[in-house]
Amino acid sequence: MAIRRGRGVAAINYPTGMNLGGDPTQALVHSTPTGNFMVTLSSVDLGQGMKQIMAQICAETIGVPTDRVIVDTADTDTGPHCMGTFASRGTHRAGNAVIQAAKEARQVMLEVAAEELEVNASDLETDGQGNIRVKGAPQKSISIFDVALSAHFKRGRSISGRGMFLIPRSYPEKETGAMKPSTCYAHACTVAEVEVDDETGEVTVLNVKNVFEIGRALNPKMVEQQLVGGSWMGISHALYETTEPYYPNRDHGGTDFNQYLMPGPGDLAETEIIVLERPSSDGPFGAKGPGEMCANPQIPAVANAVFDAVGVRIDTLPITPERILRALKAQAAG
Amino acid sequence: MELRKDYFADVRTDGLNEIGQPRPRLDSPGHVTGKTAYFADRNFPGMLHLKMVRSPHHHARIRSIDTSEAEKHPGVVKVLTARDVPHNVYTILILIQIGPEDETVLADGKVRWKGEAVVAVLAETERAAQEAAAKVKVDYEVLPAVFDMEEALKPGAPLVNEYHGQNYYLYDSGECRKVRFGDVEAGFAQADHILEQSYQSSPIEHAPTETTGCVVAPEGNDRFTCYTNTQAMFFTLDNASIILQMQGSKLHFVGGTVGGGFGGKVDVIVEPIAILAAKLTGRPVCFIYSREEEMQISSPRAAEKVVIKDGVMKDGRIVARKVTGYTDAGAYSRHSPYGAQKGAAHYPGPYTIPNVWIDTYCVYTNRTPSSAMRGFGVTIGDFALEVQMDKLARLIGMDPLELRFINAYRDGDMKAHRQPTEGAALIECMQEASRAANWPVAEKYMAMSSYRKGA
Repeated sequence: MAIRRGRGVAAINYPTGMNLGGDPTQALVHSTPTGNFMVTLSSVDLGQGMKQIMAQICAETIGVPTDRVIVDTADTDTGPHCMGTFASRGTHRAGNAVIQAAKEARQVMLEVAAEELEVNASDLETDGQGNIRVKGAPQKSISIFDVALSAHFKRGRSISGRGMFLIPRSYPEKETGAMKPSTCYAHACTVAEVEVDDETGEVTVLNVKNVFEIGRALNPKMVEQQLVGGSWMGISHALYETTEPYYPNRDHGGTDFNQYLMPGPGDLAETEIIVLERPSSDGPFGAKGPGEMCANPQIPAVANAVFDAVGVRIDTLPITPERILRALKAQAAG
Repeated sequence: MELRKDYFADVRTDGLNEIGQPRPRLDSPGHVTGKTAYFADRNFPGMLHLKMVRSPHHHARIRSIDTSEAEKHPGVVKVLTARDVPHNVYTILILIQIGPEDETVLADGKVRWKGEAVVAVLAETERAAQEAAAKVKVDYEVLPAVFDMEEALKPGAPLVNEYHGQNYYLYDSGECRKVRFGDVEAGFAQADHILEQSYQSSPIEHAPTETTGCVVAPEGNDRFTCYTNTQAMFFTLDNASIILQMQGSKLHFVGGTVGGGFGGKVDVIVEPIAILAAKLTGRPVCFIYSREEEMQISSPRAAEKVVIKDGVMKDGRIVARKVTGYTDAGAYSRHSPYGAQKGAAHYPGPYTIPNVWIDTYCVYTNRTPSSAMRGFGVTIGDFALEVQMDKLARLIGMDPLELRFINAYRDGDMKAHRQPTEGAALIECMQEASRAANWPVAEKYMAMSSYRKGA
């Protein structure tokens, strides 16, 4: 009886969006009288930080700091339609809609600034700090605060924009299955290292090294929180979780967190995250949807590592100590 | 976390002002100080609590329902059954024309899974609602149930759902969604080795911190405001509008701060019945799942069975892959026909294989309906595919990572569902993993690229 060490690898890709249903999202952007910008959506922030990302996307597009953007979302009386937050679609779909709306608002903003500065709008640029200036002559500038006041009270312009992003529905061809199920794909490769106690069947994940390619890390800190959380969820899925421990038998289903097992803080593996960025052609600033795929590669990587450690294949999830011990027993018998 | 900017630097513009900047989240202070308001923080005077009477049987005919004792229970205001629901038989994907309507808001004549909602009790307190629910008498005639997907697909198996007429979802392509590419049998015939393996998963729970629920308030203007943690505002509103036969303009949904979704909050379950209860009582109503309901009543990730048959050459090239996938939808469709179809599009994984045959089935059994979850239609497929890759490598005596390089898709490669590959980055992920994990592979693999000249 011994503690045995093994490691395994898995590589995956993941589709962004739900093309097979038709996939629209809309956004509206408008300026307040003092040059702050309101993004109005009906998309839902699940805790992953969608509001923050939409604020950054709007800020980058308009050319103001993120703290001048307010996101009003998930109120059906104010926000235009969004399919919902699922299928790794939130950032990609809503982000594209916000860019389109923000571009339209930015154009009006530049036109008003051009009238104030008596130049052509095409000669203007934003400095990212809240000012609009003449390209090549930065001393000739006006604050966005003043532009918004002018638009509201002097020039009668609405600094606003509408954004719509639609992926039309793809219908699979009946006989061949030809279809366009996604717009872009994120990628990952995970190497997991485990220890397996061949007496108890217990698996300890020592470390996981995850490489994720996500198009563009729009906010690297938030990418990190999502990818680390996903990696933990993948390990939990591989080794612990089920509502029906003896599926397809319906008995023994857990009803609380004492019975439904998940790893506690002490069970979490050392987690390394490396991010690559190959911008997608159709994503907001090249972003793809990393929300779902980040929890996938750990599962087969851990399964392969268990085999590498003790030489038995557990092809049924979750990979419980009971299943490992039964497989070891069968292996010894035969 | 490490951002490796050296990869793909030639196709990326860095140095933007706001994008790529690690700005602190504006909502973090509220979350960590307990100031963030969630739907359940809404509390209205006179608010009623809704509790469900649920089926104790996996499959049964309902002979009769007697709510008289429950209605007399102190604190009970209203008891709802199927006949109170205007459009009781529904399916949520009807919004994208994926039918048939196959599920009831409250069971009518039959229950098809243990835990199915039969009667809704509304009372002044949660406790009174719970106690009264226990007094509802339902006379059941227990029917044979089927739990195993293979059993369910056999002739003569108990029929789970009459609205389908058979224990699988009928696609326009027949009993399964199909992908056909190349000639899979010719591929197997030329292969040096054939490996056929079967993989199985079990249902799992989304396990959000915040359970599914909503609070509904009738407004003075004949509208209803529904505070909800749904992941999809208009999807839920529009489905509620159909179920309640109520114009959408009467409904106002407010949400957007959710304590974890993971796909578990895209079924439209709590909102329609709570709005109906608010309409019929004229009082605010809250319906919040207990942890037990969240774990055993709300949709889990489907159990899946995946059978993969591969033909592989001694040099590592996979020349044929046949996949048969089964998704256990439980008793009702919800999002499962979509998930099984998404699976068909995902196989054979991120590899370029000339001969591919995919069949994915959505199967009905007498268990809690499954539905969407993070990685919907893909996660279990990836488990099966990537364990299979490991087995193939060992079968031919090759390093598992090198086998993946040999087969990895690259820009321009035609996928089985007949879309050319764009923006591939699998090879670069594996190269970086090789370095980071100190898992050396031959230099030729480290020199590969997802780019192809002219692609």
